Amino acid sequence: MITEILENMSYGPAPESDALARDWLARGPFGHFINGRFTKPGVLFETRDPARDAVLAEVSQGSEADVAAAVEAATAAFPAWSALPGYHRARYLYAIARQIQKRERLFAVLESLDNGKPLREARDGDVPLAVRHFYHHAGWAELVAEEFPGQEPHGVCGQIIPWNFPLLMLAWKIAPALAAGNTVVLKPAEYTPLTALLFAEICVEAGLPAGVVNIVTGDGATGAALVTHPGVAKIAFTGSTEVGREIRRATAGSGKALTLELGGKSPFLVFADADLDAAVEGVVDAIWFNQGEVCCAGSRILVADAVAERFTAKLRARMESLRVGDPLDKSTDIGAIVHPRQLARIRDLVAQGVAAGGVLHQGYAPEGCFCAPALMLEVSPANPCFSEEIFGPIAVVTSFRTPDEAIELANNTRYGLAASIWSENLTLALDMAARIKAGVVWINATNLFDANAPFGGMRESGFGREGAREGMAAYLRPLDATAATAPDPIAPLPQPVAITGIDRTHKLYIGGAQKRADNGQSYSIIQDGRLLGHAPLGSRKDVRNAVEAAQKAGGWTRMSGHQRAQVLYFLGENLSARAASLEHFVAAEQIEAAIARCFHYAAWADKLDARVHDTQGQHVTLAMKEPFGVMGLICAEEAPLLGALSLILPAIAMGNRVVAVAPQAAPLAVLELAQVLACSDVPGGVVNILSGPKADLAQTLAAHEDVAALWSAAPELADMIERESAGNLKPVWQVTDATGQGRRFLEVAVQIKTIWIPYGA
Amino acid sequence: MAHTRNPGVPLALEDLVSVNRPAAERRAASLVARRSLKGAHQAAWLLNAIACMDLTTLAGDDTPARVRRLCAKARRPLSDEVVAGLGLSEMPKTGAVCVYPTMVATAVDALAGSGIPVASVATGFPAGLMPLDLRLAEIRYAVDQGAQEIDIVITRAHVLGGAWTALHDEVAAMREACGAAHLKAILATGDLVTLTNVHAASLVAMQAGADFIKTSTGKETVNATLPVGLTMCRAIREYRAATGHIVGFKPAGGMKTAKDALGWQVLMREELGLEWLRPDLFRLGASSMLADIERQLSHHVTGRYAAHHRHALA
Repeated sequence: MITEILENMSYGPAPESDALARDWLARGPFGHFINGRFTKPGVLFETRDPARDAVLAEVSQGSEADVAAAVEAATAAFPAWSALPGYHRARYLYAIARQIQKRERLFAVLESLDNGKPLREARDGDVPLAVRHFYHHAGWAELVAEEFPGQEPHGVCGQIIPWNFPLLMLAWKIAPALAAGNTVVLKPAEYTPLTALLFAEICVEAGLPAGVVNIVTGDGATGAALVTHPGVAKIAFTGSTEVGREIRRATAGSGKALTLELGGKSPFLVFADADLDAAVEGVVDAIWFNQGEVCCAGSRILVADAVAERFTAKLRARMESLRVGDPLDKSTDIGAIVHPRQLARIRDLVAQGVAAGGVLHQGYAPEGCFCAPALMLEVSPANPCFSEEIFGPIAVVTSFRTPDEAIELANNTRYGLAASIWSENLTLALDMAARIKAGVVWINATNLFDANAPFGGMRESGFGREGAREGMAAYLRPLDATAATAPDPIAPLPQPVAITGIDRTHKLYIGGAQKRADNGQSYSIIQDGRLLGHAPLGSRKDVRNAVEAAQKAGGWTRMSGHQRAQVLYFLGENLSARAASLEHFVAAEQIEAAIARCFHYAAWADKLDARVHDTQGQHVTLAMKEPFGVMGLICAEEAPLLGALSLILPAIAMGNRVVAVAPQAAPLAVLELAQVLACSDVPGGVVNILSGPKADLAQTLAAHEDVAALWSAAPELADMIERESAGNLKPVWQVTDATGQGRRFLEVAVQIKTIWIPYGA
Repeated sequence: MAHTRNPGVPLALEDLVSVNRPAAERRAASLVARRSLKGAHQAAWLLNAIACMDLTTLAGDDTPARVRRLCAKARRPLSDEVVAGLGLSEMPKTGAVCVYPTMVATAVDALAGSGIPVASVATGFPAGLMPLDLRLAEIRYAVDQGAQEIDIVITRAHVLGGAWTALHDEVAAMREACGAAHLKAILATGDLVTLTNVHAASLVAMQAGADFIKTSTGKETVNATLPVGLTMCRAIREYRAATGHIVGFKPAGGMKTAKDALGWQVLMREELGLEWLRPDLFRLGASSMLADIERQLSHHVTGRYAAHHRHALA
């Protein structure tokens, strides 16, 4: 035996025992965890071990009644829980962290059995990171009152998590929610409910008050019941972009807060001066980690022409040494795919990629629900495997010639979750990091996570951040965020009235020029029965033109905060100079306030600083605040000039370009701004102003796929706007204090980009 | 030796690259976490470590008696009970014994008939700061005494100063002085500090004709570490890809446990492949590691945890 092993020097089996987990599973069939206790098992479904094709346990399919009971329990628990001093909530979170640590092996084995992931990854990754999350947020519970003054928890949070990192995603959701004082109803993924049920036991052991955490198992229907339940104040979802879109539509107009962490097709850029062996291991950690079932997996490898051949040869050699097999074996690199349905989906996409010209190089995998790691070469952007998230251990490879082309390819995607950049030239790498559209960028590394680093996407990878101060903010709202009052209906366009006095000509303001409405029509503006003038009747095409103009004005975004501040001060100066002509349309006090607002946001333009987060390990972890790009603004009807500037100024101060829809009934003062903007060095296209039927214009803007974010001070349009925004999943901010000012207007004018820079000589 | 010796190639600086330390550290950490050896497989791998071990004594108080004792251990690294328990048909032996030049004759004598080669350090070990002609003379002396392998030290100043031609010339001259004896080039990586330096020194030493590259003398403050080993293994791989020549690897210093022995072998298996788990291409330079391996093997055979004093001293 031993002499034989000496010949081949094989590793042999090294299985982790599953005895503990089997003992625990014998407690099944499982009910839900509602109001501090397990319910009697209801309609059951199986959760299976994909590696062995065997039933692990039976769990209950959550009904609408189950969800309602859980929401009721969470609602009842909320007043006392949110009123607890932060120190007390901290003690519970600390206790949860400790309890998970005491059962870390059981959690790891159970996770590996239920999901198919290698035990090693569950043991060294998922579980310690989940524990770290509870420790970190025990800290936030302690500090929340001090660090987030004027903020309050939402109430009951509905949380829906995916099957790829079941316990870790649970921790990402529950820890900040509880720290902030919310109570939760969590639905684990249909395929992987077990560690959530074990976590429920931890909650009991930690003495958590009944109803603070509730867990309802089930499929998509259970999730849908949670999303639509009127007692839920916030929905946090991690999962596919398609389901994210459905949730966006389902919550539209409900006033529920929403954060979405969705899919990705993240680029992995390898430059010629990269440490190529290090980059090869980066690919292993990117796409051959967790079977490639990772939303932020570096799945599109973009490699410099100069090293493409060498790099792919190294990569192929490395792929050969990966071991695919029994997840419980400690020498396994890649475990089982979570479910045969997922495996079929992977194979289908790969077949499509090959049909489109991709050249597949595949490693080895055993029979069963396993997928061999693979590289697909010669994949052009037109290949479906370049654009579609495969969610399996398959990377596509293509080459680039220059850094500019690398960025162009990297950003040629609907997603924007993560990116990995490999170069020993920090000057180059940071330039790439700045230009990539992604919520997380790793330089010379990949898949680094920490509870104190914000994680989340741009574009159709979702919105909102998890982790760190930025993640806490998503579980809080301003104290004065009052429940939406029944909005006024939009007034119909007025009937014609005879002109009195001297006629004034107002036009739309698009791309720095005054333009007639595309349809050549105007409508009357009547105030107190008096005809003030005519406003152009903007339409779809004017929205299109305005967005195009805004897209072209990217120079504004690249300007420094200081330069933008100078423009805003000058704008204030010129507003003052033209106060007399504006007084024809609005009261003097409003003009004064508008001028002051210019100064306020000029002051802010270079001061909303990025953060450096203290993460584990030797990294500089930056949380940059980047403008969205092109934003749509639906301005308030009240105080037309001040209302419009209250939205325009913070948005452009942060470097966005905007398309603003002026108040329908009183657009003239805002249209009058065109002349002031033009003479204030605001570059053409930075501010575009439309007037006309507000609902139509707002709908076109909300649906526009090249508008990255939308603010609306028209509560009567909330439902429609949020529904339409699902197309490209632009974040929508319903402005409650439409003539207010301050930091909160700035925080929603930027999105966080977390950049990880490891160091070490 | 199964393969032909590395003849060396002219200096080729275009192959020098920058090595990213955080990435190398991550890989080194995950390498050993990704592979596990249990039971008979662990025992076999520990036996293999013995076969690849350069059992070493390099101390100021070395005496002929001390060296003879070490050689006796090299011939009989395990007790008969353990050997029988493992089902081996014969007593294993270490890869070599490594001593100072003045101890070579003693060691050769003590190992006569065993087939165990004697390795000698040379070239002003450990600092190497002696005139080149004296260093070359020392190599010739050790070879004359019967050393089959010469562990030379490089001039660290050449690396720190980027004097690659000087380094190449120096190692090439040493290789020539070795004649039929194999040359192991000690890079003293603890003195070179950066992995980029380690990588460059590895490549230049191989280009100059080293048969092995070796991490450390055992006298630097930092000796063999996995990130350094990883970097050197990658250099060996690149050199082979570029020239077709095969070079061996020897970590040395600081490795004390059976677990270390497994970790380094996993590194070889994963980064270079099975060929680099044989004594002609892999050596572990260690002195106290053998005792721990012996205890682990004893435990494997008896099921009882072992005590040092029940096993023969090296």
